[in-house]
Amino acid sequence: MRIGLQAYPRFLELAYQLSRRLLLPFSRWMVPGGWIEKIFVVLEKGAKGAIFDCRMCGDCVLHSTGMTCPMTCPKNMRNGPCGGVRQNGNCEIIPEMKCVWMQAWDRSKVMRVYGDDFLGILPPRKGQLQDGSAWINDFTGIAVQDPASWLE
Amino acid sequence: MIPTSRLERVLKSGRFAVTGELNPPDSADPESVFERALVLAEVCDGINATDASGAHVHMSSVGVCALLTRAGYEPVMQVSCRDRNRIALQGDLLGAAAMGVRNVLCLTGDGVETGDHPDAKPVFDLDSISLLKTARSMCDRSRFLSGRQLEVAPRFFLGAASNPFVPPFDFRPLRLAKKVEAGAEFIQTQYCFDVPRLEKFMRTVRDLGLAEKVYILVGVGPLRSARAGEWIRNNVPGVHIPDAVISRLKGVPPEKQVEEGKRLCVEIIQQVRETPGVCGVHVMAYRQEELVAEIIDEAGLLPRGGYGSMGADQGRRLARMSTQPKTL
Repeated sequence: MRIGLQAYPRFLELAYQLSRRLLLPFSRWMVPGGWIEKIFVVLEKGAKGAIFDCRMCGDCVLHSTGMTCPMTCPKNMRNGPCGGVRQNGNCEIIPEMKCVWMQAWDRSKVMRVYGDDFLGILPPRKGQLQDGSAWINDFTGIAVQDPASWLE
Repeated sequence: MIPTSRLERVLKSGRFAVTGELNPPDSADPESVFERALVLAEVCDGINATDASGAHVHMSSVGVCALLTRAGYEPVMQVSCRDRNRIALQGDLLGAAAMGVRNVLCLTGDGVETGDHPDAKPVFDLDSISLLKTARSMCDRSRFLSGRQLEVAPRFFLGAASNPFVPPFDFRPLRLAKKVEAGAEFIQTQYCFDVPRLEKFMRTVRDLGLAEKVYILVGVGPLRSARAGEWIRNNVPGVHIPDAVISRLKGVPPEKQVEEGKRLCVEIIQQVRETPGVCGVHVMAYRQEELVAEIIDEAGLLPRGGYGSMGADQGRRLARMSTQPKTL
């Protein structure tokens, strides 16, 4: 079941911003491996699954990619559309599907808070975070960290 | 000191560069690589070795490049993220550097579904931009992605692809900007059959100040016939061929379509050469390699100074000796 909230990226980015602010005071309890993570995983699976077709990569970058999950791109691209997009804007690999990144780009244009993040370079996904809580990985800082060789 | 890229020197000297695409053989014989390289080397500043393009298996780009450098040619090694994870990609980059490869083109790669092994597991651990940045850090910071130190850093002239001819058109120049930020020094574009679209793209590229930061080589190639054009348009991802091109080919009798396709390619080269910010062309003549020399000649791009083939004859002999089985 998908909920059609992705048509409202502006609302979604504000919802993300608000959730982040509300969770911030509790960040010291947000650690991986415990029962708190289990609750987060269930909630994230339900909510993000329904809204974004979330694949539980645990390395969530939704606000940087137009509130559109890059894991739903068949190439798992993290930095924009590949060169195979069809003239009608559909995916090279799944011809009947609209390119995930075409949608992401259009949505990011109306996002006033995080829209510009779309132009930044995102690091590759961290494989060991799969099926964990993206919120917890966000707060511990592991998800947002660049690979060691990219750091200044 | 590690010798630098010859392609880089040509571009830095301000000469209009020409690169050509070598289609790797389905063969274990090095001679089949040399045969293909020979027709390209005399007219090109660099030879691209494709990495299972269209997700079809052929000799690997590392293998082709190793043969080319041994023969004294100047390869551009294409590296795609489709088949290898970050461990294999970085290892191949080091191996290629050790074999004398100086130019690398970082690609995401076509989906396996388009190729001859559609049941293969697609990898896509990195994408073209994270691969670029990873290769850049290996060169400039002498580190693997993990942060582990290299003993000797490779030295690459790093390239990336760009496709100005597919949507989202307003994002394409911005994606190019990302690639430049990630470390791309040259760009080879997808096939150009739509010059007005390219000019529009280049205008934005210049406005963004990217034309001074990166050398852009426009992809060109001859269409064999109207039918081939229609097939490519419908089956090869990312290649945009306007109706006007197909109808122009249809307008001549079938036996003259090869000639017309070649003429069209020459005309496109001459047009893109006049576009500010374009530094060269990348000729892709799939299964028509014998036409490349004629196209480059007719487009007025000869002589080339023999960069691609410098020392090739001697190198070829050496390469052949070293690939022959040793007898005791």
